[in-house]
Amino acid sequence: MATYQLNINGQRREVTTDPSTPLLWVLRDDLKMTGTKYGCGVSACGACTVHVAGVATRSCMVPVSMIGDRSVVTIEAIGQNPVGKVVQDAWVSHDVVQCGYCQSGQIMSAVALLKHTPNPTDKNIEESMGGNICRCGTYPRIRQAIKAAAQQLQ
Amino acid sequence: MSAAITAANEPLLSRRTFLRVSATAAGGLLVSLYLDLPVAAQEASQAPPKPQIYPPDAFVNIRVDGKVVIQVNRLEFGQGVHTALPMLLADELDADWSQVIAELAPAADVYKDPLFGLQLVGGSGSIAHSFQQYRELGAKTRAMLVAAAAEQWQVAPHQCRTEASVVHGPSGQLARYAELAEMAARQPAPAAAQLKEPSQFRLVGKEVRRLDSRPKCDGSLKFGLDLDLPGMKIAVVAHPPVFGARVKSFEDKAARSVEGMREVFEIPLAQGTGVAIVADTFWPAKQARDRLKIDWDVSAVEGADSATLWAQYKELARTPGNVAVARGDAQALAAIASGNRVVAEYQFPYLAHSPMEPLNTTVRFDGDRAEVWAGSQFQTVDQAAIAEVLGLQPAQVTFHTEMAGGGFGRRATPDAHVQREAAAIAKRLRGTPVKLMWTREDDVQGGYYRPMHVHRIEIGIGPDGMPSAWRHVIVGQSILGGTPFAAIGVKNGVDATAVEGVADTHYNIPNLHVSVHHPTPNVPVLWWRSVGHTHTAFVMETLIDELAARAKMDPIAYRRQLLDPKATKLRAALDLMEEKSAAWRSQLSAHHAVGIACHESFETGVACAVDVSIENKRPRIHRATVAVDCGLAVNPLTVESQFQAGVAFGVSQLMAKGAITLKDGRVEQRNFDAYTPPYMIDAPVAVDVHIVPSTEPPSGCGEPPVPVIAPAVVNALAKLTGTRYRSLPLVAM
Amino acid sequence: MIRSRTTGPRSIIVVFAAFVVCLVASPPQADQSKASPSADRRSDGLAAWQQVYTVLTHQRCINCHTATDYPQQGDDRHRHFANVVRGPEGRGVPGLHCATCHQEANADSTGAPGSHNWHLAPLSMAWQDQNDQLRSSAEICSVLTDRSKNHDLDGPALLKHHAEDQLVGWAWEPGRGLSGVQRTLPPLSRPQFADATRRWVDAGTPCPPGKAGD
Repeated sequence: MATYQLNINGQRREVTTDPSTPLLWVLRDDLKMTGTKYGCGVSACGACTVHVAGVATRSCMVPVSMIGDRSVVTIEAIGQNPVGKVVQDAWVSHDVVQCGYCQSGQIMSAVALLKHTPNPTDKNIEESMGGNICRCGTYPRIRQAIKAAAQQLQ
Repeated sequence: MSAAITAANEPLLSRRTFLRVSATAAGGLLVSLYLDLPVAAQEASQAPPKPQIYPPDAFVNIRVDGKVVIQVNRLEFGQGVHTALPMLLADELDADWSQVIAELAPAADVYKDPLFGLQLVGGSGSIAHSFQQYRELGAKTRAMLVAAAAEQWQVAPHQCRTEASVVHGPSGQLARYAELAEMAARQPAPAAAQLKEPSQFRLVGKEVRRLDSRPKCDGSLKFGLDLDLPGMKIAVVAHPPVFGARVKSFEDKAARSVEGMREVFEIPLAQGTGVAIVADTFWPAKQARDRLKIDWDVSAVEGADSATLWAQYKELARTPGNVAVARGDAQALAAIASGNRVVAEYQFPYLAHSPMEPLNTTVRFDGDRAEVWAGSQFQTVDQAAIAEVLGLQPAQVTFHTEMAGGGFGRRATPDAHVQREAAAIAKRLRGTPVKLMWTREDDVQGGYYRPMHVHRIEIGIGPDGMPSAWRHVIVGQSILGGTPFAAIGVKNGVDATAVEGVADTHYNIPNLHVSVHHPTPNVPVLWWRSVGHTHTAFVMETLIDELAARAKMDPIAYRRQLLDPKATKLRAALDLMEEKSAAWRSQLSAHHAVGIACHESFETGVACAVDVSIENKRPRIHRATVAVDCGLAVNPLTVESQFQAGVAFGVSQLMAKGAITLKDGRVEQRNFDAYTPPYMIDAPVAVDVHIVPSTEPPSGCGEPPVPVIAPAVVNALAKLTGTRYRSLPLVAM
Repeated sequence: MIRSRTTGPRSIIVVFAAFVVCLVASPPQADQSKASPSADRRSDGLAAWQQVYTVLTHQRCINCHTATDYPQQGDDRHRHFANVVRGPEGRGVPGLHCATCHQEANADSTGAPGSHNWHLAPLSMAWQDQNDQLRSSAEICSVLTDRSKNHDLDGPALLKHHAEDQLVGWAWEPGRGLSGVQRTLPPLSRPQFADATRRWVDAGTPCPPGKAGD
């Protein structure tokens, strides 16, 4: 067991846990922040996506011991970011979600895309969102919502 | 009763009365009107009725703060019932939609599906079966509110009108539903409901956005897997590597050394036995399970093997099975020259559902009662199974329905195997809530797949190019066999879910013979979104397409000619699809092809045209135009979403790594890297959905999108490659 | 032979002079079993290069030194799952960077390999061709020694890359997959690889004959 000082959504959080514990489970079980989801545990689906030092990161893949003092932003706080808010609003206005379980990860990936590429092409969208699984199949509406968000952000 | 007749401009209730409503009724009108059960208020009494604690069979609660809380009798797992069923009730009720809160009802008899007699989501029946029910609930509640206001104002009910949770009297009086709630509760429940004409709908038939969107976008909505209770422990189970095997012995020294691990013990499973690990949180539970050394006894169970099964199935398919349909002249096929025959063999692998939220159930057992939280498609079945394991009556098990991250049929299990595991663990940990979690590996390897199938078809083509004789043998496990549903679904050795889509085809084939073999390999099977139609529609629509090509006819025109005139929904969908896709079908880019398919399932007719090219040796679906006749579309936005996304789900069958295979009893795939569902690049880029205008009662939309996409794509590929793919998934192209 | 040197003019003269001295000082040998020193040096260098080549073309090295628009993974070099792509700088794309999953060190508990600066080698350094076939020894040697393609690395810099670069070094500490089994290692140890590189560089980085694509 080891104790870590983490920077989660701008707050200092301390956890004592096995160093091998993925950040995903530190968030969900130690910090009770269940917005970040477990879908596969092997980074194939993207449901666990958070931002670490501004980079979209699959939290199921990264042991907490490797996080250090890098800032971690989760779905619970992304709405406080101007891009995050526009993306969430676009998701709602376009009725994107169905079961919704993958959407935390989808939104975090979309925000990463739009922060870097404010005017993404279809190819940009496919490449950046291409590793997030939606089992319900909401992909067409995700595309529309990202484009709408991009327009909103112009 | 306190309110007196008031003048137009005075509030209906005095402040004192309003407070009394708050204090006594603690929330107002409770309605439990399903099947016209008498409301407690009807039991005549001079004294005001005692305040009701919400009985579990409440459907509508009009709160004093104006919120209208509606219970949804089905699991919400993406299909949109959480919004659509309340729309039906709220429209008839004339409730203020902005004040509506939808809740998932717990397990209770009163929430059972009126047709199936159990509480479930399945068969795409949520709207279809509860359409009348929820409308009546809304209409009757409205009638009681109006009666209460009319009584206050000493006017006739028909002189009042309602809008947005307000009753308006003939002389400008008005009363909010929240204020009327207590009085309305004392009104007699009307014997009959006065339902709206479709032209009067304010919500139904309109594009209404989902009620659950925002919390699903900001991480606040809790799914079953997110549940946290004081003192809760996490459990995972080591399942046998071969279905039904048993634990011979296990060594847990390394497992016990994991900090946070609490208990390890053997538990019975629905088939065989396993080892349960209980820990404080998930990661130690998983670590401990990884360190368990288990010696399995596989001697008493068959080790199913895909290669062996394919050979067996193909052999069986060459012999007639149990007859599902024998229509016309059995000798007709033999009379047709071999040059006018088509013989085809099809293969379909096992498919896992793999909803995004892995299976989970939380149980707390307290000796004489239990409490359960689960995203279940089968609440009353699961409740009964848990009760059985715990030695309780179902009524002693409080079963909360949680929002679920997908299901596609996986959360509707007749044997309630996941719930039984959870109950067995909770029993051991009496008093402590325990959340059983399945990992993704558990899910991919855990069975309950869409069965593998082989079809063998011999068609005799008539002089008009239409199929005149059709002999069809299907080989595949029976899903209903061995379950309580066998009594209704398996007749004369034919499981109806294996032959649906063929036996009941709307194509006018005069001489049709359909039979089925149901082998019983040791692999648990289950319905997978659209069930038999997943494979039967693929066979029908690719063969029909092939026949159309042989006859040198347009594939749409061919289908139109062959379809029975009485297949009105399918014809309407076909016509609408043709119309809406005509422009782009005539302007295809180079190296693109169109694929057509149409199929009716769960009483909904669907037709589809796709624009496909080949990129990096895979089909790229640029566009799909889908037309649907589902009767009245209660929420066209939901219908559009279901079809846009449902066709993406249907692409699962085409994915190169979209098959579950077994070798010597062991499932070869472990996770999404080896069993791969569609990603964005695999799904259609754009899907335009068109709904046939209709006032017929609504039919389902959850499953009907799925069957058409795979055959449509493969029909397009036939044009691009010259090859008719008859074996799924599409591995090599 | 490296086509240009970054060493200063004086050292060139020294080396050249030494070379000439060697030639002059060593008259043709009467013993015909011994080849000339320059031929020896070249054949030693080629032998050393062959050893280097076996490491470069190990499947795990090719997984990042790939000709494709995406990384590969595993001993069978299948396409990396989850549709990850090369991206404009070999680091993936926003939302799906290499760093989205790969951290500064292996994470055996989650099965993710990792090392400093995880990214794909540039396309110019692809060790397979467009048909997923290994490129020939001649071809790879030619590219490796072409400073217009190899990020302007000379012999000593190549040696440093092979012997000291952290990401290259990952090949010998590849971590464990989720099965718990360590990923396969290249055919030479790192010291052996570095030594072979050094001998090849000392020999003037000779390349085997043959056209690119042989």
